[in-house]
Parts: sequence; C-alpha cells; structure tokens
Amino acid sequence: MPDEKKQFETVIGLEVHLQLKTKSKIFCGCKNTFGGEPNTQTCPVCLGLPGSLPVLNRKVLEYAIKTGLALNCKINSFIKFDRKNYYYPDLPKAYQISQYDSPVCYDGFVLVPQEKGEEKKIRLTRAHLEEDAGKLMHDHNANCSLVDYNRTGTPLLEIVTQPDIRSAQEAYDYLQILKLTLQYLDVSDCDMEKGSLRCDANISLRVMGEEKLGVKTELKNMNSFKAVKSALLFEERRQEGILQSGGKITQETRLWDENKQMTFTMRSKEEAHDYRYFPDPDLVPFVIEEKAIKGIAENLPELPFDKCNRIKKEYDLSDYDAWVLVGSLETADFFEACAKLHRNYKSVCNWISGPLLQEANARKTGISGLKIEPKRFVEIVKKSEDGSLSNLGAKDVLKQALCSDKSIEQIISEKGLAQVSDDATLEKIADEVIKANLSVVEQIKSGDEKPLGFLVGQAMKKTQGKANPKKIGEIIKRRL
Amino acid sequence: MKLFSLTAHEILDLLKAKKVKAEDVVSSVKERIDSVETRVHAYARVFETREIASEGNENLFPIPIAVKDNICIKDNETTCASKILKGFKPPYDATVIAKLKGAGAVFTGNANMDEFAFGSSCETSCFGPTRNPWDLERVPGGSSGGSAAAVAADETIWAIGSDTGGSIRQPAALCGVVGLKPTYGLVSRYGLIAFASSLDQIGPITKDVRDSALLLNIIGGYDENDSTSVDTPAKDYTKSLISDIKGIKIGIPKEYFIEGIDPEVGLSVKAAIEQLRSLGAIVKEVSLPHTEYAVATYYITATAEASSNLARFDGVQYGLRSIPKEQRKNPIVDMYEETRNQGFGLEAKRRIMLGTYALSSGYYDAYYLRALKVRTLIKQDLDKVFGDFDAIVTPTSPTTAFKIGERMDDPVSMYLSDIYTIPANLSGIPAISIPCGFSKNNLPIGLQIMAKAFNEEMIFKIAYTYEQNTGWHKKRAGI
Repeated sequence: MPDEKKQFETVIGLEVHLQLKTKSKIFCGCKNTFGGEPNTQTCPVCLGLPGSLPVLNRKVLEYAIKTGLALNCKINSFIKFDRKNYYYPDLPKAYQISQYDSPVCYDGFVLVPQEKGEEKKIRLTRAHLEEDAGKLMHDHNANCSLVDYNRTGTPLLEIVTQPDIRSAQEAYDYLQILKLTLQYLDVSDCDMEKGSLRCDANISLRVMGEEKLGVKTELKNMNSFKAVKSALLFEERRQEGILQSGGKITQETRLWDENKQMTFTMRSKEEAHDYRYFPDPDLVPFVIEEKAIKGIAENLPELPFDKCNRIKKEYDLSDYDAWVLVGSLETADFFEACAKLHRNYKSVCNWISGPLLQEANARKTGISGLKIEPKRFVEIVKKSEDGSLSNLGAKDVLKQALCSDKSIEQIISEKGLAQVSDDATLEKIADEVIKANLSVVEQIKSGDEKPLGFLVGQAMKKTQGKANPKKIGEIIKRRL
Repeated sequence: MKLFSLTAHEILDLLKAKKVKAEDVVSSVKERIDSVETRVHAYARVFETREIASEGNENLFPIPIAVKDNICIKDNETTCASKILKGFKPPYDATVIAKLKGAGAVFTGNANMDEFAFGSSCETSCFGPTRNPWDLERVPGGSSGGSAAAVAADETIWAIGSDTGGSIRQPAALCGVVGLKPTYGLVSRYGLIAFASSLDQIGPITKDVRDSALLLNIIGGYDENDSTSVDTPAKDYTKSLISDIKGIKIGIPKEYFIEGIDPEVGLSVKAAIEQLRSLGAIVKEVSLPHTEYAVATYYITATAEASSNLARFDGVQYGLRSIPKEQRKNPIVDMYEETRNQGFGLEAKRRIMLGTYALSSGYYDAYYLRALKVRTLIKQDLDKVFGDFDAIVTPTSPTTAFKIGERMDDPVSMYLSDIYTIPANLSGIPAISIPCGFSKNNLPIGLQIMAKAFNEEMIFKIAYTYEQNTGWHKKRAGI
C-alpha cells in the first residue's frame, strides 16, 4: 500500500517594522528624512557618542498610540524602554533602545477583506517602539565597509501578528490592508523599497487538524509585498518537501534571494543572540494620562473599513466599487468631492476607477499628481452622459485636461472633439456610407439587421468617432 | 599667602575688592601644578592654554577648576583614563561644562581617575596611579582620586568629579577635602561618560563647605537633554550656610560601626557625632537593616549597566581600533575582540564580565532583578529613617588611605571601601564627606552626612556648622 500523502496546514506570523514619519528622530532633534549625504543628519545622541543621552520625542509616542488604536490595540499607559544588547557596526551604542516586556500597544487585530464582503481577523500580539540602526555600505573594491548613520534613531514601530495567517496570499492581503490603514493615519510612507516598511515572516507547517505548532523558520530580506508572498510560497514548498519525506525542519533564520527566488540559511537557533534585555536607565518610565490617549482616539481619521461601508451605503455602490475607491485616501476624497457635484454616483465611480486611475497609475503619480480637479472631471462625465461627447471623445478630453488648466469647453473646441449630432451632417454621412456598402445594405433590406452595426461603425470611422452613434444608427435605418 | 592655597570664595572676595586679578590666580595655580604635579600625578592631562573670560564681570567665577577625565569638554581629548578612548575628542560640551564656561570657569586640566571610574584607589588609570598628597606612598581614593588630590595639593582651586558608589566622597575623605554627591537628577549627566546610568552623579570637590555650595549653584539644575534630570526650582545653596543645628535630628545607623572599621576612623567619627550633639543636634541610633546587602546589590546593578554602557567602545567610530595580524574569526569580530582586549584594563574587563553575566538569559532573575528588589528595600530603610530624622551621619570610608598596590590583588577588599557610600547612590539621596580628623600618622578621616532627596540644604547646614566649629578643613597637606 503506498504511503498516503499528508495534508499540511501553513501557519504564518508577520513582523512589520514601520518607520514613523515624525519631523525629528525618536531620541534626538535630528531631522527624520530619507536620503541626504551620508552622516549629515546626525548628532552626538544618535551617533551614540560617549556621554550623550536619549530624550523621547513625544510625537513618536503619539504616532504609535494613534496607530495602535487604529489597529484595535489596547494601549499601555506605562511607558518604559529597554536595551537590546548586540554588536553590529551599524548600531553605534551596541544596544538598541526598544521595548521588551511593556510594548506601548498590545492585543489588537486587523480585519482583512475577503471575497464576497467577508473578512478575516488577524490578531496582533503587540506593537512596540524602537530606534532604527544605520546602514552599512560595502566597498568591495577598497575591501572595506562604510557606515551611514543618517537612519540611526529613526522611529520604528514593530507590529507583530499572532500566527493567524494561513497562506502566502493571506499574508499579502494582510500587508495590503495594513499599509492602507497606515496611509490613512498618515504616520508612515510605507515604502518597502525605501525601507520605511520592512517585513519579516515566521512560517511553519503542521499536519492538518493538529493544534501544536510545527518548527518555524524566520524569513528576512524581502523588499516588496510580492517578495514576501514569493518567499512564503517557496518556504511552504520547501518545508512540505522535507516533511513529506519524513525529515525535520531546523529552526533557523533564512534570507530571501530575490534573484534566485529562493531562501538560504542565515543563522541557526544555536547561533541566536542573547540580547540581555534590561530597562534603559537613561529613560525613566512614566505614565501617560488617560485623557491624552482619549484625545488621540477622538482625532482618529475615518479608517478604510468604515469608509468603505459608508461609501457603499451613502452612494449605493457595490462592495467591489467601494473598495476600489477607498484603495487610496485621495481616490476616496476625489470621489466624494465629485459626488457632491454630480448625483450619478455609479457613473462618477466608473469614470474614476476606470480611465482616471488608469492614467494616474500609468504616470505613477496618483490622482493628486494629475492636474484634474473634481469640477472639470464631473463636466467631462456629464458631457459623456448627455451625448455631447462620445465615450472615446470624453476619454480624449480627460487626457488633455490632465495636463492643462484649460476649460473643458476650450479643449473640446480646440480638438474638434464635440460629438456631431446635427441631422444635416449626419444624413450626409449616412448617405456616403450606404453608397459605399451596397451589398451590406441589400443584406439588411432582406431582413437581416445584424450588419447595421457595421454601417454605424463605418460612419464613426469617417467622423473620427465624433458622430453620435445612437443618432447615426437611427438615420441609417430610416434611409435604407 | 599663596593664591593657590585659597578657597574659591576667598578668591572671589579678593577679585571683587580688586585686590587680585583672575590671571594672577590662574598663574599661581599653574606654578603650583608645575612644582608638585610630578609627585602627585593628579592630572590625566594639564591644559596649556587657559582662557580667562572677561575680567571685571562680578557675576563670573573665573576660578581654576579641574575636570574629571570622564566629563566631555568640546574638542578636548576625554578618555576616562582608558586606552580604549585614546584620541577621542567629543564634539560637544557636557551640560555642566557649558554651565561652567558660562560662569567664566578656567579649566586647569582633566583629573586622573580609575579607568571608567571602576575603582576606589585611582590605580586602574591607564596613566598610572595618582598619589595622596598627605602621603605619596598611599592612594588618594577613587575613582575621582585625581580631582580630590588636585584640590588637596592646591593644584586647582576646586574640581568636579562623579560619584557612582562613593567616587567623590571616598577620595574626598582620604584626601581631607569636601566632596558632595548631589541628589540623583539634580546635576545633569549629559556629557558624563556613563559608568552606571542609574547611579552616576556629578558633584563638587572643594576645600570647604561654602565652595561646595557655590559650585553646586553653578552646575545644578534641570536639563532637558537628560531624561533623568528633575525639574526643581533653582536654589541658592549658600543660603543654607548657617552655623546653627539646634534641634536638628540626626540618626546614627548602628550597622555602620561594626567589624572592618579602622578603630581610629571609628573614634574620630564618634567624636564628631558628640560634637554635633554638643552643638544642639538631637542624636539617636537608628537601624538600616539591609546595609549588609548594599555592596552586593551595587556590584550587580552597577556592573550590569556598565557592561551595556561600555559596549559602544568597539573600535568602529572613535578611540582605539586594534586589528589582529592574523584573522581568527571574521574581520569584524576580530576587530571587536582585539580592540576591547587591548583597550580595557583588568578591572574594566572584570566588571564587564560580571555585568554581562548578571544580565544573561537564565541569570537575569536571580541577579539583576533580585538586586533591583534589594535596592528598593535599601531605599525603604532610608526613607523610614528620614521619616523621623533630618540627616544620617556615618563614616565616609571604613579606613584611611591605604598603600598603593595594597588592595590591587584583592578586589573584594577594594569593593568594601565603598560600603558606607553605596547606599546613597542606590537610593538617589544626597551625601557629603567633610574632614573630621586625622589618624596618628596624619591621614585625613571623613565624616559622611546624608539627607533626604533634594535636601542638600540640610546637608550644607550641618556640614557648615561642624566645619565652622572644628576647622579640620584648614589643615593642608604638607607637600
């Protein structure tokens, strides 16, 4: 009897390191900006020079609490920092100031939208504050390494999930909704390429139906959401292969190689650090007042799920339409501004989710990077609805409007894009089309109306799409 | 009368009366350094140029001052008397240095110290030991031994040191000068190269109590750059210099006068206590039951913090970088190991290992966490006494100055030098050491006065009253 193949369940937990975009760094007054000449945004404190001392930037704490509340976390009013001790040249004090046993946010959850309007709950263990390290740059020609400390002291919020994720796709969806929420909060750029959002993943497999977690591996070095998904898919297959053949998984940290699309061993559990965490004596613990936390809670913006539900209801749109609109805050805002000017919400939604977002994506600017504002946009939508612009013509006008301040009327007249609807012109065109396609005309006359569309098409071609298609159809039919 | 032998307040009076010029004082101190420094070796480095801020401004204190080698002066080599920081020039001033510069201070040099303030004898310095001006064969105490010896030998008018477990008070006692450890949080630690962050405090070492109050006026106060600094209203401590202690309640902890104390020290301190009683103080025996655990608690807490604070000396950014000739592990680990092996002295290595061990996974609860709990008990002992008493008076050190080399092979006996001074650091309270007599072989003995947190006034009042009625501070080292 052949061995039955075992069914495995994948168990994933994610750790997201989020750079908070406060004006200054977490423990000093240095500017907190990306880039800049190496080692220009530093001071004795973020360089960890002997004698320097950290002072907490209260804005960072506010951002962390804001994020925690939006992620349904409980807020720990007792604020305490710990030292995580380890040696690395990008860590100037040889310890990282972090939060060990008293994270500012804990016990939260993220709802991940699923198909058919359902949602999956991913629980969060904690979200804690810490400082970012610098960056090492290796000069292989000179056989040396250089350190840039500009990033040192950038505030980080580490958001840790429970092992609630069951597939690589679910991990991807979680990251998407997390990023969207964070963008609504305006606390981070969430740009994985620039490193303002970084994600490590823990993955293990267990026999379907078992409670006990299997041995996990930790995956690092993924620099896009897609890479997270690919790395998890790879690791899922690798682990399954080992387990199916009766092998054991080694607990270890593995690095994702984007070029090879594979993970490789970085260090095993035996080599794991003893970080010797202890409370940082330079930062005295303190208690934040309930009032301050309440104040932050009251000022939270409308979050994606709420906005989606409201937009669905208020504008009578489908779940799908609403999620497209709330897919970025500026799209949702643009839609709502347009909806104030024009009550055909479905049409406005279609024009935004179709042509407008296509253009925005093609130019990689987002809607705010385009020159169009709700008033002119709605004008185009209206003209397409009342027939004064053809569908194609309207798209053309939109393209023009995106890169100029000209009025819609002006664009239409300059381009001669106005839809031709006057009877005399249309009748003349109809006659020309009929004359040129006599065999088709015969076919129609014998009772087969199908080729009528072909004749309308010919008429549109002749007018470069400007003829009102409905009207020309009627005229051709009448004149046959 | 030589200018170098005067106190700061005496010099200020002369300056105000225009009887001397600041530059006369500065050159007098310089001459003194030139004549005795080779014998005392109080300094890690003596400054050649000494700028004098605009003369004639009566609000300024153009007084020569020695700065312990662990307090950052901008662009001036600051090394904690360690090879590992050789060549390190901080690009910024410590807050106390900025305050001193603002007051017109003239810096004489960096005072020698035990390496990273690890020691009670000034013998662990990479520059070699400082000698006690009262007996050049003996240690000045430590770790601020250079600061205390410089004041005692008149190689400066006054000095600043740092005190983590007695490092200002014990050398002050052994050198016959006045040393104050202020309340934790009263003087900014910004720019003090940390030994144990929760215990370190900068304080004055002076020739008398009035100078101590004057110098604290300059260096004390809230600093937004130090999260452990406490925002309290500024005080003029010279206002507490009133010779009257009638009715003040003083507790004498019975646990402080048991075995290990030098009989001569015990006699002098008891005589001083009798004197305080005769001056009107109400003196009673009290109990600090957890005293016996203080040294152990201190050595776990302090070394744990030190092991982390000193981790940054890794050869990457500044100071010594040492690379072995042959590769052993990998280039970066080799550099860390070689740099730290070459850069740190024996005592520094010992304490880093102790502290690393205490914080290690599996040992944290048994050592570090336990020490934190006992620290709370020691603090509660003191709080309880301060519920009924204004001050606690004890010896500063169980012995007078010991011979150079005598305790170097016996770290535990060295650690016990701080047995009386450690509780003030563990509980954050202020404490002073003032001279209270001499042994038969003419070595100074110190009296320690402790008070509640932020009650430096009480300490100054008692110390000043005692000093005015005895005059031990006027006796100078005959060097």
